[in-house]
Amino acid sequence: MKLAYWMYAGPAHIGTLRVASSFKNVHAIMHAPLGDDYFNVMRSMLERERDFTAATASIVDRHVLARGSQERVVDNILRKDKEERPDLIILTPTCTSSILQEDLQNFVDRASIVSDSNVIFADVDHYQVNEIQAADRTLEQVVRYYLDRCHRQENLDQFVTYAPSVNIIGIFTLGFHNQHDCRELRRLLRDLDIQINKIIPEGGSVEDLKDLPKAWFNLIPYREVGLMTAIYLNKECGMPYISTAPMGAVDIAEWIRQIHKNVNTLAPSSSSKKVDYEPYIDGQTRFVSQAAWFSRSIDCQNLTGKETVVFGDATHAASITKILAREMGIRVSCAGTFCKHDAEWFKEQIQGFCDEILITDDHAEVGDMIARVEPSAIFGTQMERHIGKRLDIPCGVISAPVHIQNFPLGYRPFLGYEGTNQIADLVYNSFALGMEEHLLDIFGGHDTKEIMTKSLSTNIGLSWNPESQLELRKIPRFVREKVEKNTEKFARQKGIGTITVEVMYAAKEALSS
Amino acid sequence: MPVKIDETLTVECETGNYHTFCPISCVSWLYQKIEDSFFLVVGTKTCGYFLQNALGVMIFAEPRYAMAELEEGDISAQLNDYEGLKRLCIRIRKDRDPSVIIWIGTCTTEIIKMDLEGMAPKLEWEIGIPILVARANGLDYAFTQGEDTVLAAMAHRCPEPEFPVRERKKILQKLFAFPSKKKEELDEYANHSSLVLFGSLPSNVASQLNLELRRQSIKVSGWLPAQRYTDLPSLGDGVYVCGVNPFLSRTATTLIRREKCELIGAPFPIGPDGTRAWIEKICSVFGVEAQGLEEREERVWESLKDYLDLVRGKSVFFMGDNLLEVSLARFLIRCGMIVHEIGIPYMDKRYQAAELALLRDTCINMCVPIPRIVEKPDNSNQIRRIRELQPDLAITGMAHANPLEARGISTKWSVEFTFAQIHGFANARDVLELVTRPLRRQKNLEDLGRTTLVRKNNKF
Repeated sequence: MKLAYWMYAGPAHIGTLRVASSFKNVHAIMHAPLGDDYFNVMRSMLERERDFTAATASIVDRHVLARGSQERVVDNILRKDKEERPDLIILTPTCTSSILQEDLQNFVDRASIVSDSNVIFADVDHYQVNEIQAADRTLEQVVRYYLDRCHRQENLDQFVTYAPSVNIIGIFTLGFHNQHDCRELRRLLRDLDIQINKIIPEGGSVEDLKDLPKAWFNLIPYREVGLMTAIYLNKECGMPYISTAPMGAVDIAEWIRQIHKNVNTLAPSSSSKKVDYEPYIDGQTRFVSQAAWFSRSIDCQNLTGKETVVFGDATHAASITKILAREMGIRVSCAGTFCKHDAEWFKEQIQGFCDEILITDDHAEVGDMIARVEPSAIFGTQMERHIGKRLDIPCGVISAPVHIQNFPLGYRPFLGYEGTNQIADLVYNSFALGMEEHLLDIFGGHDTKEIMTKSLSTNIGLSWNPESQLELRKIPRFVREKVEKNTEKFARQKGIGTITVEVMYAAKEALSS
Repeated sequence: MPVKIDETLTVECETGNYHTFCPISCVSWLYQKIEDSFFLVVGTKTCGYFLQNALGVMIFAEPRYAMAELEEGDISAQLNDYEGLKRLCIRIRKDRDPSVIIWIGTCTTEIIKMDLEGMAPKLEWEIGIPILVARANGLDYAFTQGEDTVLAAMAHRCPEPEFPVRERKKILQKLFAFPSKKKEELDEYANHSSLVLFGSLPSNVASQLNLELRRQSIKVSGWLPAQRYTDLPSLGDGVYVCGVNPFLSRTATTLIRREKCELIGAPFPIGPDGTRAWIEKICSVFGVEAQGLEEREERVWESLKDYLDLVRGKSVFFMGDNLLEVSLARFLIRCGMIVHEIGIPYMDKRYQAAELALLRDTCINMCVPIPRIVEKPDNSNQIRRIRELQPDLAITGMAHANPLEARGISTKWSVEFTFAQIHGFANARDVLELVTRPLRRQKNLEDLGRTTLVRKNNKF
């Protein structure tokens, strides 16, 4: 049992529902109590979805508790089958059904005998996996189901396309800027003269999954969701995959080179031409993307050595850390992720690009870290944005979990060359706002705030007398917090309870000596 | 209180496959109402995720609620529930020092049969803070019924009056020469038994209703809940109670059975018609003749004229998710609207008897057929009916609002009615403000065309 106000990744069934509702004509039925269909609200509100979300609940109520679901789940499946005629129905367990331990697989088996739709049971355990892992698993499960079926019916067409082609795996609903990223990837691949075979799950039809092996290789833009599917396809059909996220100029180049390698390895066997993408990378990096130029411009010079903190999902946090450190020359004091299951990969990626690594899904720990580091800017999730607000530190949102403002109507990719521009804007704007604040402060701006401790954990035992408070207020805000903290540290070391002006200066001397 | 409305009002029942909020959402308004409380929701990630997303920004304003998130060890009883809760409650006491901790039981605690009611008194004694238990779970309840479970639990903690009020007055008057000011205050009100209102309302709405009753020289001795847990009203034999919201049937039952109070069954003070009927009923119980209510109601209707012109003759469809539906429908029918269907999660015909009677009378007066009331509605059936009826307005949850709008059906999110101020004479305008908003927006965009924004092959 733990005390929690905020969580970074949702419960498992949300992941399954996100995959289900991304496919066309797939219906999810949750085995859940009343009110657990909150996913529909999120999709309808955040994504401003025009269609009814294809997810309903088979309600678990008192009667189910007493006597079991009996016919109810099967009836609900068959009813949806008649009403909506979906290609696939996914029976989704929730935390409630995890404990009830009803034999849902049995319901699925029974229903699939009668129904025209295919019916599967999402194999995710609420207490084992979170939203992200569940989405990854469910996507793999669906792909496996359809490929297995093809194997059984022996109609799997394993011939690859004549021209180089790819599958993009892992674009889906309620994903952070997924729609924009998808458009950007399409553009990139068109430039590279590579066909897109299938994009799953978003907008794809499950009946088309049998065509997945026709592509030359798979692209996994976000490693959180899609990697399992890629590994499965690699094992089953020998398809190579690229799991680098094309985020930031350096990684995009790396990504294109991997494509280049894959295309050239496979090209002779299908007698298409070998390719050379180097001129393209060079042209795009130097002239199409503004980010490379931006990091050499005077503007970016001012950001040199500024301290930042990065926190988010593994893909975004790692990429942004690398962009800040490698491409913009900004110091990342701490980078972290809540994807605990992927910690090893994350650590390896950002090795050498940051001073400190934090792997946690406890927001209080993240808050305390930010309070301790006191960066000039934060790049994180909505939670970090609010921590930033409280500590007066600007924050750019770079990762889910997100709010409605992170589903912009305008074109805001994070991936690809346009993505580098968007990220540069985001980074620069976060700092610029901070600078304005400081200038206002130096020239006696609108600072009427009372001094309070900025630490999120309760600070006890130290008090500032009125004179020292006044003295502290004279110090410009951007160094004030440092002074305040150093003084308190000093006082604690010396066992001083009340901080006076004398103590302040003693602390300063002690520090400079 | 036998109810014989069935002859004219029929309540159908469907499958119960409908969308609503989980009842644990009540913490969002209750923690703000009861200033010295702390709500601990004992549940899983699913509950936390719902609260986090449903309550949006409130999460970040240092809310006085939190999840006690159950992990696998808690479910399989490898960990000790009592020790776990004790550890969390001690931390809450240290960080927030609340006057009361309210444990919200969820589906999970229900299924694993965690004995919250048994543990609470023990832990309460051990840590010295009152601990209430409310089982606001999705297995049994819908949305606003969560408040009902909390208030029902809270009713048990209301102090008993030392003496019945009337006796106490006599004794006091005999014993002391009453200070003149106090005496005046007493004279201001009619000599009636003490009246406690139940239902959580924003404090300014509560004082508006207090004032309305004071005009009829009726004194409200307290509210359940009060602004602070430490100010709970006295309840007991001879105390009259009256509800302000239609979803408080458990609280009403508890007050009658356990606290021996007298329930005043009245329509709810939503809309000027409802408010008047509510006050009149209370007056009649206390034998006070209501003064100037007719004129007051008339004036309110007068002031609503611009909105009434907008809604008259328009049709409404309530999909049902918060139990306010009957009262709202009754008010809107009185405004001249046509109600096709009143969907409602749960219909307590006893508690809502007076409201249902007023609905029937209103329909007769306005010469409209009595709408069908559908308990435990089925959303897919309802959407089929909406497609056939093409109502001017569908009052619905957020899951269906955008899809319906894209199909040219104007919608109003039902959740807003639970958060807006809709009680009393003064707030009738707010209800219509909400109801007319989609209609006004539609009017503004009328010339653009493009009312349906989905492709033909997208199913309705």
